[in-house]
Amino acid sequence: MELLAEINGNLNAVGYGLAAIGPGIGIGVLVGKALEGIARQPEATGVLRTNMFLGIAFTEALALIGLVAGFLFT
Amino acid sequence: MLALMGPIAASGDGEGFEAPSISEFFPGGLLFEDTIFEMSRITLIGVLMAGLLSLFFVVAFRKNDRLIPRGAQNFGELAIDVVDKAVILEVMGQKGRKYAPYLISMFFLLLMFNITGVLPLMHISVTSVIGVPAMFAVIAWVVFNVEGVRALGIGKYLKVNLFPPGIPWPIYFLVTPIEFISTFILRPVTLTIRLLANMMAGHLLLVLFFSATSYFLLETSGLMKLFAIPSYAMGFAFTLFEILVAVLQAYIFTLLTAVYIDGAISAEH
Repeated sequence: MELLAEINGNLNAVGYGLAAIGPGIGIGVLVGKALEGIARQPEATGVLRTNMFLGIAFTEALALIGLVAGFLFT
Repeated sequence: MLALMGPIAASGDGEGFEAPSISEFFPGGLLFEDTIFEMSRITLIGVLMAGLLSLFFVVAFRKNDRLIPRGAQNFGELAIDVVDKAVILEVMGQKGRKYAPYLISMFFLLLMFNITGVLPLMHISVTSVIGVPAMFAVIAWVVFNVEGVRALGIGKYLKVNLFPPGIPWPIYFLVTPIEFISTFILRPVTLTIRLLANMMAGHLLLVLFFSATSYFLLETSGLMKLFAIPSYAMGFAFTLFEILVAVLQAYIFTLLTAVYIDGAISAEH
């Protein structure tokens, strides 16, 4: 069989890259919206910041599970 | 103290570049070897940092009848006040005061355990081995469940958590298992993994950049040596970033625990 393309190296890295796409977009949207809210209503900064960190924590967990999975399922 | 030091350079013995691996987090035992009390350098760092933290607060508040705080007491009160305002009052309000001793001591313990990742001679976070964050998460799980049951009673607590109001009854076949898994299983698991993976990734990044610096500087020749400069700069930048991450992860762990307790003790969900 003629080989047209070949990938070398560890598939785990590719997997982690895929796992990071979603949370990356998610955190971007989340922080952007939170900043928009703060800019519109500076007096709500405290509540918005706390909730922003909460949202980041939940979103980021997905990327981190991707990282751990790379080490677990070798 | 010297016993706590790890291998300074991962490469440098002429073997070529050696990328950091997961074995970084499983150093050999130093004390009480081959017993169940075996202590590695990570465990010893944890004991040391917990001791330092206790020592600081005992010294800071040994005379707490002074009206005007001075020196260490000033700093201690400021530190406690920050957590009190930024986490407890922000999330739970006045009724969260009851949990202040638990949340504040957890925050500072986590901060001390995280920050060892960038401290000289230690260079590894105590929280980057799974046992430590898992223990914190189990304690948080027990606290929010016990407090929820105490506030609402076991029947109402389960009803509030497993049967969210306002949806037609057949949907409960779908919703209740999801709510059960996300509330009682995934919460402690994500608490553990969030802290563990952040600290682990930070440590691996720092080892990668600094061992690459050492490799470029000592084992390559000619212009390749110049790559040591950007590598060292990245290592330095990520050291600063890791300090931020250490504080942020301690804050997020405490914040989420406060949110979980608050959600458990208030009836309307």
